[in-house]
Amino acid sequence: MNRPPATRIEEFIGRLRGGERFALARAITLVETGAATAVTVLNAIQSGVGNARVIGFTGAPGVGKSTLINAYIRVLRQRGQTVAVAAVDPSSPISGGAILGDRVRMGEHGGDDGVFIRSISSRGHLGGLSATTAQVVDLMDAAGWDRVVIETVGTGQSEVEIARLADVSVVVCAPGFGDDIQAIKAGILEIADVLVVNKADQAFAEQTCQQLKSMLGLRTAACDAVPVLATVATTGQDVDRLASAIDARYREHPSDHHTRETRRTRALIVHAVCREMHRRLADEHGDKLDDLCVRVSCGELNVDDAVGVLLAALDRS
Amino acid sequence: MAEATGSDHRSPIRVLVTKIGLDGHDRGSLVVAAHLRDAGMEVVYTPPWQEISAVVKLALEEDIHVIGLSCLATDHLLVPKLMDALREAGLKHVPVVVGGIVPDEDEAILLAAGVRRVFHPGASLQAITDTITGLAETAFSADDLR
Repeated sequence: MNRPPATRIEEFIGRLRGGERFALARAITLVETGAATAVTVLNAIQSGVGNARVIGFTGAPGVGKSTLINAYIRVLRQRGQTVAVAAVDPSSPISGGAILGDRVRMGEHGGDDGVFIRSISSRGHLGGLSATTAQVVDLMDAAGWDRVVIETVGTGQSEVEIARLADVSVVVCAPGFGDDIQAIKAGILEIADVLVVNKADQAFAEQTCQQLKSMLGLRTAACDAVPVLATVATTGQDVDRLASAIDARYREHPSDHHTRETRRTRALIVHAVCREMHRRLADEHGDKLDDLCVRVSCGELNVDDAVGVLLAALDRS
Repeated sequence: MAEATGSDHRSPIRVLVTKIGLDGHDRGSLVVAAHLRDAGMEVVYTPPWQEISAVVKLALEEDIHVIGLSCLATDHLLVPKLMDALREAGLKHVPVVVGGIVPDEDEAILLAAGVRRVFHPGASLQAITDTITGLAETAFSADDLR
């Protein structure tokens, strides 16, 4: 790709920070495509990051995350705040393609210039987000949006990356999502700053709320303050209460930008190291790996020994 | 998988599949959307009945490479209005293709309005994929900061 001249990039960064919509849209593309310019842009905006409140919505597929965000945006708009949404959908493990359909359920904001929605494919990344979601959030923040809402892919029990990125994490459940044992499991429920039982007009909503509350009662003191709310996203019922609960949690635990940044940088470094290890294993030690597979499968070595051999080889190379 | 920032990695084509106007027959757009996904594209899909202004806003925010419109019941006559709206929003660079029931004499109107290609009944999914790929590769450069 041809790198644009420095003056063009500077002018572009000015438009981005000035809130121009196209500049934000294109900056996200730069980051997602790994264009050389992206690094310059990201470095330039760092001083402007940290003003937006970042709210993450996560939960299993079909619990109503997109519809709830749609209703939440409505409340935020009534309160005079502008909202940028990063909605992550899964990519196909076969073709790498994706159907990005979250914004379908946020259609009522299709004509509102106070709302910016970007659909993001996870592009094979596990953990509930995409590899570049953190940078996308920074761009939205630096472009001057008051609130940045992240929607994760429909998650299972352990996609907890959102907790590193968001100031407030909202975990959304549906009524009757599991028995008491499910509720006590470690993982996604533990990262919740606010717990929501959506589709509260359906059967078992009250029981699910009770189960979640009693689960929280068994946890350490830190969980005491986690509110459990019942909402009906389709009608907007009690979504204003949810918005107030999110604000209250933010005031109790204002995770400053510095903390978020440190957590994020740490994760980025760890990811990069893992990727590099993968690459080196495949590129430099593929034959050794094949050989070790044979020896492990015929019982000559166990897996731990094989790991030791490979780590030693990586150390030497 | 997205690679580290700084590489020249070519990322998937982002295509919008949508319908404007009052026609609700979405089978065709669903079939095409699924096929484009299977061809490795990132498809932003909307239900029918989109307003022109909403399509423009979406194409801008999603930084779409190619817009595909399904028109089965005379909605193709709205397409020139969409082309005007795209131009006004500074999205002249985004190629638009139309698929569906478009009489020959109307095809000329659409092409004159700037539509890049009209697919008629019987067009193969492969031809649609190839055309969109070609348009995305020639019309779109992520490093174009405009």
